[in-house]
Amino acid sequence: MQDSIFCDFKPPLNSQTAKIEASRCHYCYDAPCIQACPTEIDIPSFIRKISNGNLRGAAQDILSANVMGGTCARVCPVEVLCHSACVREVGEGKSVEIGLLQRFATDQFFEGPPESTQNLFERAPLHGKKVAVVGGGPAGLSASHRLALLGYAVTLFEARSKVGGLNEYGLAPYKVTSEGVQQEIDWILGVGGIDLKLNCALGTDVSLDSLRTEFDAVFLALGLGGVKKLGIPGEDQPGVFEASRFIEKIRQTTRIADLPVGRSAVVIGGGSTAIDIAIELKCLGAESVTIVYRGSEEKMSATLHERELARTAGVVICTSGRPVRILGNASGVAAVEFERTDRNAGERFELVANQVFKAIGQTLAVDAEVLRSIGLKGGRISVGNPGEIKPFETAIPGIFAGGDCIGLGEDLTVTAVQHGKLVAYAIHQSLFKEKSGDINYGRSHLSNRRGEITQSFLAGFSTANG
Amino acid sequence: MKSPNPFWLASAPPTDKQINVERAFRAGWGGAVWKTLGEDPPVVNVCSRYGAAEWNGQKLMGFNNIELITDRPLDVNLAEFKEVKRAWPDRALILSLMVPCQEESWKSILKKIEDTGADGIELNLGCPHGMSERGMGAAVGQVPEYVEQITRWCKNYTRMPVFVKLTPNITDIRLPARAAKKGGADALSLINTINSIIGVDLDRMSPTPHVGGKGTHGGYCGPAVKPISLNMVAEIARDPETRGMPISGIGGISDWRDAAEFLALGSQGVQICTAAMHYGFKIIGDLTNGLSNWMDTQGYRHLEDFVGKALPNVVHWHDLDLNFKTVAKIDQTQCIHCGLCYVACEDTSHQSISVRREESGSSKIRRSIYEVKESECVGCNLCALVCPVECISMVQQETGIGYLPWSRHPQNPKFKYGGNLTEKVKDAPYKGPKSQG
Ligand SMILES: Cc1cc2nc3c(=O)[nH]c(=O)nc-3n(C[C@H](O)[C@H](O)[C@H](O)COP(=O)(O)OP(=O)(O)OC[C@H]3O[C@@H](n4cnc5c(N)ncnc54)[C@H](O)[C@@H]3O)c2cc1C
Ligand SMILES: Cc1cc2nc3c(=O)[nH]c(=O)nc-3n(C[C@H](O)[C@H](O)[C@H](O)COP(=O)(O)O)c2cc1C
Ligand code: SF4
Repeated sequence: MQDSIFCDFKPPLNSQTAKIEASRCHYCYDAPCIQACPTEIDIPSFIRKISNGNLRGAAQDILSANVMGGTCARVCPVEVLCHSACVREVGEGKSVEIGLLQRFATDQFFEGPPESTQNLFERAPLHGKKVAVVGGGPAGLSASHRLALLGYAVTLFEARSKVGGLNEYGLAPYKVTSEGVQQEIDWILGVGGIDLKLNCALGTDVSLDSLRTEFDAVFLALGLGGVKKLGIPGEDQPGVFEASRFIEKIRQTTRIADLPVGRSAVVIGGGSTAIDIAIELKCLGAESVTIVYRGSEEKMSATLHERELARTAGVVICTSGRPVRILGNASGVAAVEFERTDRNAGERFELVANQVFKAIGQTLAVDAEVLRSIGLKGGRISVGNPGEIKPFETAIPGIFAGGDCIGLGEDLTVTAVQHGKLVAYAIHQSLFKEKSGDINYGRSHLSNRRGEITQSFLAGFSTANG
Repeated sequence: MKSPNPFWLASAPPTDKQINVERAFRAGWGGAVWKTLGEDPPVVNVCSRYGAAEWNGQKLMGFNNIELITDRPLDVNLAEFKEVKRAWPDRALILSLMVPCQEESWKSILKKIEDTGADGIELNLGCPHGMSERGMGAAVGQVPEYVEQITRWCKNYTRMPVFVKLTPNITDIRLPARAAKKGGADALSLINTINSIIGVDLDRMSPTPHVGGKGTHGGYCGPAVKPISLNMVAEIARDPETRGMPISGIGGISDWRDAAEFLALGSQGVQICTAAMHYGFKIIGDLTNGLSNWMDTQGYRHLEDFVGKALPNVVHWHDLDLNFKTVAKIDQTQCIHCGLCYVACEDTSHQSISVRREESGSSKIRRSIYEVKESECVGCNLCALVCPVECISMVQQETGIGYLPWSRHPQNPKFKYGGNLTEKVKDAPYKGPKSQG
């Protein structure tokens, strides 16, 4: 249903084109692409395995570093991550298509027979320690998987009726399909040792105190469920939507034709959510879609590639406009009034719109009371820096946090997955201090461009990393 | 023997019938050696027949076949051959032959081909599979005495020029070459295919190509065999006993440069099979155009201007200058920081490249900078060979000391034992065929 409207923006490789593309990889020593990947996937190794027909091994390389390698292959802003670092990008302006190759390898793997997909990784025997993971988004799922592998009994609390977080409710339908996301989640949970508690929210259904007493450690992977307000007149009338909530509707509806789509839409914001909603509205049939950002184009957090994608889809990007008020009439929204922020500061202009979408960022949604005790910083949960003694640990010992709800990453799926993985190790380290030398981290970790996060963090594990 | 250009099609499926050979001549090929003829009844071929070694997405890097000689009746082949020769008098058209190792067999087939108008015959003493088990092809080509004997029979029973096509499935290629010369051969063609199993089908657990789940060794050719053939051509061209004999170079020739290399090592012309089977006859345009443009830029007006020109520089290892020195130099402006030179040298060579992470730089990714430690570098070329952007050059060093071959090197044991060891290492002399009959 979704697929027909939201066609695949970047068509996949087939086994032939994948081989040809794989042959472009130089198999670099100390490959810069690995440094650029937040989860430090050993990219040259998995590409080489595609070349020599070891697709299961390629999936192993990818999924051991990043359990959501399939989703990340589709949603990562590769143009600012691995692709930007590839020596072929430096040398000839055309990176190896790492994202497409990763997608090929993971797709092939997940399409394989169950005897091949199951048992890719083996769980260590249970040692009796229990961890509560709160939030079933990429951070929570990644941590649960790694903790299960390390022999923990994991209980995963999720407020909604499905796990997946923004994979399920936020990512653009022209990048992922719900079936694909679901297949990946099923595989992650299939590792075993993860007890799922759906419709069970921290704050309402279960308290932090009880989790603390019942479990050896708690991981908060709550994401950013709340929305910011513009704080301008006319914001609360019908026809004004919160972009991420609308995207959620698009992703969850079974009758796409029933979604209200106006003729002209104005999107307020400058990040990838603004780009996503704008393109999705175009796919849904909106005649004119204009993104209005308050600063200059270079300041937008949406990458050049994303902006190009939007423009190709027919979206107009208008910069240096700050919304002042939303005008309405009897039938709802009629226009948005903006004030210029560039050299014509103060000048005002109006854009006609039947619908207005706010894409100005998310906030932490959990009951402030619950979180007060553990400490906030800049609206996010405050945790120990990876370089410090208690990485990812909050002010309360034994309570960890990661993903979008802390302020250390770039709010990407891939960073959330990495946080989850590192938190699992941090928990393991704190509970088995004396035996940390025995921890098997898989491949050794090279330093990372987010050196702040991993390099110094892993310094504490140097014995294990050899 | 004349042909409009030095590019001939080798005896193989591309020269199997009138229709192919005429298409090839229309495309511009200078000559062709007809697919090998034998005695009637014709052989029967199996299905399947070919296998290939693919490398890094490149098809037919090596090619292998278990096909036999022509599977069509002799008179059909000869009738077609005659027609082609009549229609294309300016092209070189050679008949390739393979019959049992008996004087009568050779005599009788030579008689049958007398009036075909062929420009010459080529004795297929090289096919390594199928025919060799029947006592033909490589089975005779591996025994210098037989080579000499068959060549002599042919010289006795025909006045056409005789090419002897050699098998590479032998330790020292000079021995059958010398034998062919002794037998009176006018020219040598080499190489035929190399004995091989191209691969194993791991599902069927059978060699490939498979015939109902079973396979057999076949003949290997294509780009992968070129180095083997180049060496054999040079060996024969340098051998005092065969020096000056016309050579038709064969094996892995795919473009004009390959051909020029064969010519530089002493071939007068070349034959091609796999490249044509891969891309069709059209490649002749690329071959002739490439060769003639290269000759123009080099100032060569005739092939003779450079045929054999590299031969004086093919020397014995003992004669190489031990004082010659180069060191690798990395052009930092071209370097893409892949690190392949570093890891190759560090892991498998002489630990002569240093690595350091770039200190600053606007990018968040810290690149590694690779530099050659000149004093450690032995000038082996490995780094330059693995560099994907060819930014490493081998720079000659001024040592200030003169030519020093092994024979005069102080570490040469001859100084320890007093004798001249290198002089004792002589080629085993070839004594000619055993007594005849
Ligand atoms: C519209 C949109 C598009 C995006 N597109 C991309 C993209 O293309 N590429 C990319 O890399 N990133 C993208 N992102 C960002 C990415 O989705 C997030 O960075 C990532 O999902 C963060 O993962 P998380 O696990 O920290 O949080 P989330 O994915 O938000 O998951 C949090 C989970 O916790 C649950 N939860 C919350 N509160 C409670 C509670 N009290 N009790 C129990 N459970 C709770 C939630 O229901 C949810 O399941 C996008 C984000 C948005 C909003
Ligand atoms: C399918 C096939 C059949 C061949 N048949 C013959 C043959 O009948 N007679 C012969 O002298 N050589 C035969 N050859 C060998 C070729 O003439 C040639 O010597 C060899 O392929 C090396 O050249 P290339 O690398 O250009 O292919 C055959 C080769 C192939 C691939
Ligand atoms: S940087 Fe590019 S070429 Fe080098 S290993 Fe990574 S993908 Fe391959």
